[in-house]
Formats: sequence, C-alpha cells, structure tokens
Amino acid sequence: MKTAAARPSAGEDSAPGAEPPAPGADTAPPARIGRWAMFRLRLRRDGTRLWMTLPALLLVVVFAYVPILGNLVAFEEYDPYASDNGVVAMFHSAWVGLEQFTRIFEDPAFWDALQNTLVLFVLQLVLFFPIPIALALLINSFVRPRVRAVAQAVLYLPHFFSWVLVITVFQQIFGGAGIIAQILRQNGIEGFDLMTDPGLFKFLVTAEGVWKDAGWGIIVFLAALASVSPDLYEAAAVDGANRWRRMWHVTLPALRPVIALLLVLRVGDALTVGFEQILLQRDAVGPGASEVLDTYVWWNGIRNQDFSFAAAAGLVKGLVGITLVLIANKMAHLLGEQGVYRK
Amino acid sequence: MTTTYRAPKMPTSMQRPGPPAAHNRPAWEEPPTKVGLASKGVVLGFAMLAILFPLWIVIVTSLSSKETITKAGGLVLIPREITFVAYRELLSGGQVSRATLVSLGVTLVGTLFSVTVSVLCAYGLSRSGSLWHRGILMTLLTTMFFTAGLIPTYLLVQSLGLTDTYLALILPSAVSVFNILVLRAFFMNVSQEIVDSARIDGAGDWRILWQIVLPLSRAVVAVIALFYAVGYWSAWFNASLYLNDHDMLPLQNVMIQVVQRQEPPTGLGQAVKAGPLSPLAVQMAVMVLAMLPVTVLSPFVQKHFKKGMLTGAVKG
Repeated sequence: MKTAAARPSAGEDSAPGAEPPAPGADTAPPARIGRWAMFRLRLRRDGTRLWMTLPALLLVVVFAYVPILGNLVAFEEYDPYASDNGVVAMFHSAWVGLEQFTRIFEDPAFWDALQNTLVLFVLQLVLFFPIPIALALLINSFVRPRVRAVAQAVLYLPHFFSWVLVITVFQQIFGGAGIIAQILRQNGIEGFDLMTDPGLFKFLVTAEGVWKDAGWGIIVFLAALASVSPDLYEAAAVDGANRWRRMWHVTLPALRPVIALLLVLRVGDALTVGFEQILLQRDAVGPGASEVLDTYVWWNGIRNQDFSFAAAAGLVKGLVGITLVLIANKMAHLLGEQGVYRK
Repeated sequence: MTTTYRAPKMPTSMQRPGPPAAHNRPAWEEPPTKVGLASKGVVLGFAMLAILFPLWIVIVTSLSSKETITKAGGLVLIPREITFVAYRELLSGGQVSRATLVSLGVTLVGTLFSVTVSVLCAYGLSRSGSLWHRGILMTLLTTMFFTAGLIPTYLLVQSLGLTDTYLALILPSAVSVFNILVLRAFFMNVSQEIVDSARIDGAGDWRILWQIVLPLSRAVVAVIALFYAVGYWSAWFNASLYLNDHDMLPLQNVMIQVVQRQEPPTGLGQAVKAGPLSPLAVQMAVMVLAMLPVTVLSPFVQKHFKKGMLTGAVKG
C-alpha cells in the first residue's frame, strides 16, 4: 500500500531464486531457496503478526461472514422449532426458492416502506447535506483559535449522544409535555405535539439528524479547508478578488472532491435512513408514516417471527444497496471525481 | 549551538494603537466588516444555542425541587435552587442504579476488549508485504460493503447461546473495520527506521508494539477508544433483542422506559408519589446520567478527531 515498491519486500508473486533478502528476517536466506522454504521463512518472520490479527479475524468471520451465509433462510420457509439450535434448524427447514420474494413484492406495506425510505433520503439529502458545508465555511472564517475550538466542542457534542437521548431531548422541546407545548398551554393553546404527528414526522427525523450529526460532519470539510494552500488565496487577493470571489473560485473548488465523495457514499447508502432513530419513534407516530425498509425487516422478522420473509426483505435491501454504490461510483467517475474505489 | 532568534520586545508605548486584531490573519486579507462579523457571530451563536438550550432545560429541571417544577408548570427555564434529590434517589439502589452500573461495566469491558483486538489486528497488518497481509485486509474490507442483515445475525447470536448474557452486547459489535483501518494507517506512519533498529536490537513484535508503536500512537488510540466507548454506552438495540431479563437492561433501555414512555423506574415509585421528588426531575436526571460520561470525555480527545477521521478516510 504505502511503500510496497520502495522496500524490497518478499511478495508472493516474486519468483523463487531471485529473492532479495527479506528485511527483518532473523536468518539471512541462502542464495537459492524453494517456494516452500521461502514460505516457512516468512511464516517465521510474520507468525507473531498473524497471531495478532487472529482475534479480530475470528470475530469478523463469525459475526459478519457466517450471517451472510445465513441469508440462505430467505430461500426457505424457516421453522425455528425444527431444531433446538437456530442454525441447525436452517438445515431442517423446507426449501421454497423465490416464494418469499414474491410475497414481499405483493405486500403493499413493503412498497409503503420503500416510498417512506426514498422520501426520507431525498429530504435528508436536500436539508441535511449542505449544512455541514456551510457550518465549516462559517467556522473557518473565524480566525481566533479560541472561538473555533469552543464552537467545535459544542457542535461535535450531540454526535456522541445516543439516539435515545437525542429523541428524549427533542421530546422535551417539541413533545406534548415539551417546553413549546408548555408555553403555549400557559397562553391557552392546547394540543401542541410534534412528536406524534405523522404528517411532520419525516421533517422531525431530518431535524433530529441535523441536530445530532451536522456539527460532526464539518470535520471532514474543515480538514479539506485546512489543506488549501494559502498562496492561492493570496494570489487571488492580489488579483483583486474579494472574499466572496475567493470563496467561489478557491474554496469551493478545493472542497469539490470531498463533496463528491460524500455524495457518492450517501447515495450508495440511500436505503439506510436511520434505523434506530426511526424504530424508537415507530410506536409514537405509527408505521404508516415511519415504516422504512429497515424497520419493515425488524417488524416482520423480530416481532412477527416471520424470519424467512424478513431475511428476504433484508436481502432485497442489501442488493439494491450494492447496486446503488456501484451506480454512484460510476457517476462519480463520469463526473471526473475519484469515487469510493479506484479502478 | 543554535540560538533561536527572538524579536526584541517593543515597549508598550511604541506599539501601534488600535484593536489587538490579526490573530493569524494574513496581511493581504481585508479585516472583516463590523456587520459581517456580527452576522456571522449571530449565526454561529444560534447554532450553538440550538444545541445547548435543550440541554440547559434538561439539566436545570433535573436539579430543581418539586415546588419549582410545579410552579413552572413543567420544565424549568430559570433555576431557583439546586437540589440533588433526584440523583440521590436514583443512585441509591433500584432500577436506574443497576442500569447505570450495567452500562458502565459493559462500556469498560467492551472498550478494553475492542481496543485490544483492534490494536493487535492493526499492528499485525501494518507492514505491507508480510505474509497473507493482503488477503486478511481484503477479508476485513469486504465487510464494509456487504453487511449480513438483521435476521441472520439475530438467529446466529441466539443459536450461539448468547441470549441473556452480556456477551451479546459486546461480541457482535466488538470489531469495527473502520477503526482498525484508522489505527493501521497510523501504525504504518511510525518511522520504519525506529522499528527496524529495535528489531536488530532483538525486540520481537510484541515488544515493538508495546514499547515503540503504541507510545507513538497514543492520540489515535485515545480517539478510537472514545469511539468504541461511545458505541457501547449508546447501544440499546442489541439489548432489546437479546436480553429478556429486565433486570439486565443497560441505561439506554431504561431511559426508553422512564423518559420516552414515562413509566417511573421500579424501586422508587413510593418516593415519587410521597416524597419531595417530581417524576419530571427523575426523568431529566436519567437523561443527564446518560449524557454525562460522553460530555465529559469527548472534549479531551477533540483535538485529535480530525487526524483520526481523515487518515481513515484517505487510506482506506
């Protein structure tokens, strides 16, 4: 990755016999050496490192790869009582092919959830995405380090709050017993409660997201701003550009790659619009306005114990997600930006 | 011998009069106009207020007596007195005390475990060209794009027998590949010369990690530890899935019950009804308990956030 070319590393692909001495090897390798002997040498050199990666690797294999295989239940009629053990029960359940998927596409609730998800995604993109950029430009325009440090400390803070806390905080402001309702009630106006209003729910979710994470989002932009060479600004100023022209012609072009990258990531993750956050408020506003794909999976799988159906829904979401990542990345390449991964 | 040059100090009387401006402001940049500065200040102030004002209400109400809360008609804006009666009641046994201890315990153990596993893995992968290093890295990276989904994970954790154990709150979310990548990027930046000379002096990998790489990477390890700790402290979903025993629930889940659903915590129903304790103060105190640790911890590592975030993003 970093200095692979700079140092003579003993790569797997290099031919045996023409090997330069492996750096850090305890014994100097003889001039001619077979593949197997080379492997044993490297194993001796890197054995400790391999042991060190083992715990993390095990956890990832067990809790990330095994469940990926577990998605096979989406093609079954999974019966949790077929065996004492949930995984073993998978092998005793009936194979039904694509039947679960047909059921999903015939379920109107699925299409509602999909629609809610997409509406929320668009809302978040339009109302949330520009705010960190604006905030970063604002903070960057203050030169006093003290002002910047204090502002950042305050703006980062809600990012570290749990969703439960964020929602209960919003409850104290916009809820039926919140401060706004309280002041209105003291002035004779009853019945203010945004937290249970299905009509405004999507805006509420977006506002909660902004409150929690907009401040945190400025970090990336601040770093990009810090890496702009001051010479560019100076040259622009000497050429007579005022502060707005400098922002338009120097700052924003410097931010463009970062903005493109974050847009690509966001589009690729379009179907994920805040699972925990929405699940916590599902009861208060009802599934009609709040059901998104993730909570749809939760409802059918965990609550209704219809595991195969829910796994199939999760699989649909995952496949669409991967497609979106690929499309977004392609778009970024077409626009001349780098995207998530390079070709 | 080199001596650093210091500009001779001007006597105060000779310095230019005027505002002590120009904190790092370059000469070519026009000084801000009064209106511009004021409007910027207003916008930034509003943003900060939008974050701090709700927290102010919560904290002040949690510290208010029953009379003040009744007089205010609910939430308190202006404190009249400071009383810790809600905290004393909550933390002297009962549901909230237990939940706080559970959350602290899971956070401490989980963070220690996650940081150890991640640091080891990141160091193990920090040398390009070491055996199988590519393959392991790819194995980890893939999981950032393909996530298994809720249902298979749920079935797996259940069939591993983790239901109703605290391991269910730690193991499934113990490793974040992103954090490993951040750590790895930092470890790779540790000067190879130092590492090589230590190796020549006979130090093994464990010793190099412990005595050279880790001391040089304290800042990033602190940031990663904070990220993990915040994750464990904030988690509630896994507990709602895997813990059927209500006595085992961590603080966040108790907060859902006490604050969001407004059911008083078990163990102090009497104190709320009879004593000088307002149920609203209890709710707010639970919220303060939940926000306190992260609020206290995060400013300490704030200056390292940027480095941590960026390295991970760029070198992924």
